[in-house]
Amino acid sequence: MDRIPILKLRNLLLVTIQVDMHDRLALQLQEELTTRISETGARGVLIDISALDIVDSFIGRMIANIASMSRVLDAETVLVGMRPAVAITLVELGLTLPGVRTALNVDRGMAMLEAATETAMDASEPDDSSSD
Amino acid sequence: MTVLRTELLELRAGSDVVSVRQAVRTWAIDAGFSLVDQTKMVTAASELARNTVDYGGGGTARLELISDGIRRGLRVAFEDQGPGIPDIEKALTDHFTTGTGLGLGLGGARRLVNQFDIHSRAGEGTRVVITRWK
Repeated sequence: MDRIPILKLRNLLLVTIQVDMHDRLALQLQEELTTRISETGARGVLIDISALDIVDSFIGRMIANIASMSRVLDAETVLVGMRPAVAITLVELGLTLPGVRTALNVDRGMAMLEAATETAMDASEPDDSSSD
Repeated sequence: MTVLRTELLELRAGSDVVSVRQAVRTWAIDAGFSLVDQTKMVTAASELARNTVDYGGGGTARLELISDGIRRGLRVAFEDQGPGIPDIEKALTDHFTTGTGLGLGLGGARRLVNQFDIHSRAGEGTRVVITRWK
């Protein structure tokens, strides 16, 4: 059985989708990822789709679901590496992925998540500031 | 119009949807499609193949490499003997769904191709034919 690996990198989870996913595999990823977020307390999820040569409405919905579920679990999701031909097709298909943050590549996505999680930490732990 | 090559693929399960996507990709490359055109055709085929499996109860996809004398094209016909679509206009409307999807499949697929023909009658199955020219 195929499986999409989920790597933990500090307080982030990194998912690189490298197979042409059938629908059940996409649903399985959605479940496993939400489980891992709650287990690890990860603050961010980075989904790398640079290996995907298409994103149809089902995969798009799965990505949007992951972003919504992560948000409820207090983690930010950033989608990275979308190929230009995939982006053109997605928009024409009518799928604009509302609520999903995107970055051009893994580096930028990591920077975005680090910035977001640091701000969130600062805001949630005001007593921890070392201003003195 | 001449049919240069044809192949019939079974659509029974989710893994068959993946096989159809891969076959359409190979054929779109053979037809000389640009990367964007390949991606559009494969995405449209993926939406329709999923409909055949999920809503039609399974069926077939027939791939045809065609030529009108000047240009080449790729035509894919999806057929099932499922419950059919009672109101096609409604089904083609964005965000309309009877299932759990986004309701972008049919209308979205239509936007991604040059020709889109659909025939369906309640109780008699559905046939959707898409064509994209180089």
